[in-house]
Amino acid sequence: MSTQRTPSADRLGRLLNLVPYLLARPGILISEAAADLGVTDKQLREDLELLWVCGLPGYGPGDLIDMAIDGDHVTISHDAGMDKPLRLNPDEALALVVALRMLAETPGIGTRDGIERALAKIENAAGDLADAPVAVRLPANQKKLAAIRAAVDSGHALRLTYYTSARDETTDRVVDPMRMLMVGGFNYLEAWCRRAEATRLFRIDRIDGFTELTEPSAPPVGAVPHDVSGGVFHPGPELPLVTLRVGRGGRWITEYYPVEQVLKDSPEWLVTMRVTDLGWAQRFLAGQGRDVTVIGPPELLDRIRAQAATALDQYAAPHALGADSGAGR
Amino acid sequence: MSRTRTERLVNLVICLLSTRRFLTAAQIAATVPGYEHDPSDPRDHEAFQRKFERDKAELRELGVPLETGTASIFDQEPGYRIAQREYALPDILLEPDEAAAVGIAARLWQHAGLAAAASSGLAKLRAAGVEVDPQATLGVEPVVTVDPSFGPLTSAARDRRAVTFKYRVPEVDEPSTRRLEPWGVVCWRGRWYVVGHDRDRAATRCFRLSRIVGDVRATGRPDAFEPPVGADLISHVARSSGPIARNGRAVVTVRPGRAAGLRRLAASVVPGPDGDRLTINFGDVDWLASRIAGYGPDVRADGPPELREAVIQHLKELIARHETPAVTA
Repeated sequence: MSTQRTPSADRLGRLLNLVPYLLARPGILISEAAADLGVTDKQLREDLELLWVCGLPGYGPGDLIDMAIDGDHVTISHDAGMDKPLRLNPDEALALVVALRMLAETPGIGTRDGIERALAKIENAAGDLADAPVAVRLPANQKKLAAIRAAVDSGHALRLTYYTSARDETTDRVVDPMRMLMVGGFNYLEAWCRRAEATRLFRIDRIDGFTELTEPSAPPVGAVPHDVSGGVFHPGPELPLVTLRVGRGGRWITEYYPVEQVLKDSPEWLVTMRVTDLGWAQRFLAGQGRDVTVIGPPELLDRIRAQAATALDQYAAPHALGADSGAGR
Repeated sequence: MSRTRTERLVNLVICLLSTRRFLTAAQIAATVPGYEHDPSDPRDHEAFQRKFERDKAELRELGVPLETGTASIFDQEPGYRIAQREYALPDILLEPDEAAAVGIAARLWQHAGLAAAASSGLAKLRAAGVEVDPQATLGVEPVVTVDPSFGPLTSAARDRRAVTFKYRVPEVDEPSTRRLEPWGVVCWRGRWYVVGHDRDRAATRCFRLSRIVGDVRATGRPDAFEPPVGADLISHVARSSGPIARNGRAVVTVRPGRAAGLRRLAASVVPGPDGDRLTINFGDVDWLASRIAGYGPDVRADGPPELREAVIQHLKELIARHETPAVTA
């Protein structure tokens, strides 16, 4: 965050932590402690060697930190007054408190109770710092989410009725659930899709129906979860490139969708973006108002023009105004 | 930091923790290994002072609460000590489910700085004896990303310092400079906002963090303002996105098997001679008209008349806009 400390400063923090850590775990395996603390065995042994020559003024036997290293096990026998870890600093308190609030707010999470108790205890330990000026609200269709989560927890395969926005179709498919996640305000079910024979992320709000099957969920060994740290949609170079000219009122597109390039030479920006499907692009772009004009590819331009013309023809025909056209408010 | 320096700092912490009296720099130099120097040699003494200043800064940076005071009213020189009560993390006992929640919370951050802060915070909890199961899951994994201005804004809100930043709204070409008294940061539907008192507009304002350009600068003194008591930050952000009243009732005809996205919005679907007849409740006629226009000849708006007119108008404009082959800028 604001303070990116150097590795050596991290070492000092780690050393101050190490004595109480070991004190709480007499006889712990060095390799286990190292793994727990995120350092190598060698680093941990070097840390222990350094601590060995530190201690209380006087620095004689009885003053220095003392420990028994028995092969691969270590036990602190004198802590020189370093029996407690340093309290949380503001960044640590913020990172933990906000993450717990986030968890507690995450729709569909299992044990909200445990999270809230943990939050209260961490806030207590953080003292004045607990009052993190951060609020979280993650709304969702709780009922649907809870139902899908329960089905996922049961360990069974699911039959989904799913709306695919890219192709604008609703289809049925059988999936083997892997996990549920929440990214950028949306909930997802990650599952092995037997139809696509690939791992897929299904947006919960687009699951229009589901049935729990009796057979167990069995994602194949090769089913790899997505890396969603940079968002859900990563357009690859194989996807069609679309170019638009957008006026002020259409610039929001560059905030909502990953775009390849934006030229801001004039008030009308020239935007290039990759789309999963030209059909989607057509529906989406033809649905935009006067602030969005498609520049290319020519195929898309032709499609939009031709489809709009045919659509318009429907209203010229006399039968278009049906008897109940006035179906009003 | 060299090994000698790390060693010296560990000894300094142990020494200051063990003393109840304030120790002067000279007393510390005479006690803690690594500060040996000749006080009568000005150059040597100056080197010691610089070293000691750096060390104090390092400890404060780490969050070690270094107290300054004098041992008695006769002492001229300031002394130092560390109060155990201020230094030590308060005792914290977490039940297994609480510890699991904290462990999961610490993994949420995708932001490098916050992830580091969370894991060093977790390391302190481990040192306090908390056992964290790294395998624990909660059924739903939230993936939390934040904008770079998150850190500076939360710090400023915590310190109650005013901030200034450049803010770019897509519709406006040049970012404008804003001056804000930040009350707090809010996560709403997967996006981050800062809420506070806008000094230039003299009113409460929300700003989306993703629209902040460049650095956030804290200005003026801490405790410069008082956020309103019991302010519900989320309500300021959520105000503009309440539930939409769907008072309009549209009738549209859809080709069989097409426009799945529109069918999902329908209150009822009745098969008819020239396609399926959908009834859709809507709030904003222009919004629905654009959706319908996006579907081209697959969908025909039958009523009410203002919807029909809006679709026709939209389609006409769409054709006009794409009539002449656009020239790439």
